[in-house]
Amino acid sequence: MSISERGIISTADRQRGLIRYGLPAIQVLIFVGVLVAGVGPLLWLLKSGVSTSQDILSGPMQLWPSGIQLKNIPDAWNRVQIGAYLGNTAFIAIGSMISTLFVCTTGAFVLSILRPKWGPVVTGAVLATLFLPGVISLVPLYMTVLDMPLLHVSLQNTFWAVWLPSAASAFNVLIMKRYFDSIPRELIEAARIDGASNLRLFTALILPLSKPIVGVVALLTVIGSWKDYLWPLLVLPDPTLQPISVALPRVAKTTEISLQMSALFLAVLIPVVLFLLFQKQFLRGVGMAGGIKE
Amino acid sequence: MFQQRTQKSSRSVTTWYRSGGLSSIFFALPLVLIFLYFSWGPIVRGLVLSFQKNNLVAPAEWVGWSNFSYVLTDPQLPQAALNTLYFAFLALIFGFPVPLFLAVFISELRKTGWLYNVLSYLPAVVPPVAAILLWTFFYDPSGAGVFNSILGWFGIGPFAWLNSQTLAMPAIVLEATWAGAGATSIIYLAALTGVRTELYEAAELDGAGIWSRVWHVTLPQIRGIILIMMLLQLIGTFQVFTEPFLFTGGGPNNATLTVLLLIYRYAFINGDFGAATALSVLLAGVLCVLSVVYHFVTRRWSTT
Repeated sequence: MSISERGIISTADRQRGLIRYGLPAIQVLIFVGVLVAGVGPLLWLLKSGVSTSQDILSGPMQLWPSGIQLKNIPDAWNRVQIGAYLGNTAFIAIGSMISTLFVCTTGAFVLSILRPKWGPVVTGAVLATLFLPGVISLVPLYMTVLDMPLLHVSLQNTFWAVWLPSAASAFNVLIMKRYFDSIPRELIEAARIDGASNLRLFTALILPLSKPIVGVVALLTVIGSWKDYLWPLLVLPDPTLQPISVALPRVAKTTEISLQMSALFLAVLIPVVLFLLFQKQFLRGVGMAGGIKE
Repeated sequence: MFQQRTQKSSRSVTTWYRSGGLSSIFFALPLVLIFLYFSWGPIVRGLVLSFQKNNLVAPAEWVGWSNFSYVLTDPQLPQAALNTLYFAFLALIFGFPVPLFLAVFISELRKTGWLYNVLSYLPAVVPPVAAILLWTFFYDPSGAGVFNSILGWFGIGPFAWLNSQTLAMPAIVLEATWAGAGATSIIYLAALTGVRTELYEAAELDGAGIWSRVWHVTLPQIRGIILIMMLLQLIGTFQVFTEPFLFTGGGPNNATLTVLLLIYRYAFINGDFGAATALSVLLAGVLCVLSVVYHFVTRRWSTT
């Protein structure tokens, strides 16, 4: 191990008795901790998803349920319509991602590359909203969606009510702008001399160069929309349009516990499988986003 | 002189053209429209609304400061504010050190670190609402509940958890910490990769033990991100809604009523949009002051 690769604990430390045995012990302890916290609830959910209501209620910590009820899973899929709600969730997340990417790439292109005279004013106005917490606009945003000013249409019970407001994210516009700022001006000048129009400059040079940041913004938007609860609850009262996060608590009130658990299991299974398949890219993207916050 | 002026104006026309001219307006249009409708507009509207009586049915009328005086004299507000502070406090002492410790620990593991990473991130992948419903079940107050039966093996309990006025808030914070720790520790881990390791060598030669190396070498180098995460966490916890809303709905006996829950009640249960926005404006004001104070305090720390 070279010196540059060393961590806090050195090889000399590792030779000493206390650390030699203490460190693996702590490692095992923490491993058990994260295993119980990370996998425990999922395994419990898997077991409960195929148990009878009776078993779940009377002996939730019994290792083996008295009977396995595999039909819970198809029941949850059909009767609780988990599939439809998951579809809504995905549709909402993808739409939010597209609208966010469209707004913040075009916006950042103007503010960073084209730099019109009025650009700094817009940048300042976007930056200002970054410092205002979201709570200030919750109620007026709701009223805006109910009756769009000038257009006088209601977006309630349409996916636009979720897609469009999520695009008004100052954070995404500013990190995109900062990335565009780092693209060498010579490249842009060269493209201009070759006679590229602004639209061509945008689609053929800037967008291909900014794939990493587009990926990060896309990931953050999807995670954000996946976790959102209050906003879709307010603007999508129609049950057939609701994402899984809004539908689950409503469904939970009316279905028996075994079906509820298999519904939860299905809702958890898909993101967990997706995460495990793409964990490397996922964790790298999320970590990169954290670096940007600094 | 005249010639100079035309030259100047023709140059400004060419720069206007080169900087995109009309097309820059087209490119800016989506951003400006979206922000006007969904960001700048609602912020201004929120300020206006807080001085109006509005229930979406009758036309709005100006009422001066009466929304603010109504909200500030509401007996529920002190309780909601205290509960929110309590939640933020608990989240700070429990939820804040856990991901930091986890990140420093994982960064020490060369080969198996990724496994800890994936496992500790798993709870963050579970949709928050599904996690809350699951934990509601874990917190079942009967002796056969999941947590109560686990504690029962050691002869502790049973506890009433969410039905108890004293335990409800810590129980919510426990779930929130479980759900959030992995995601935060990933961000610390990314920051830790930038720590200059040659300093460990120097510290070790100076006789610094492992803990003092963590305390004096590792943590100061990621101080920037630690402070930012702390501020973001504070701002987030002051606006907590989903967890108390779904876990307890603010109960028992308003023990978990937070400020945002109160805003929700004003607006969407009482239909009093004026009071709701007045309270939102007050909360936003507090958060703005908080981040400004925080900014100045931490700037003084980092220069010294």
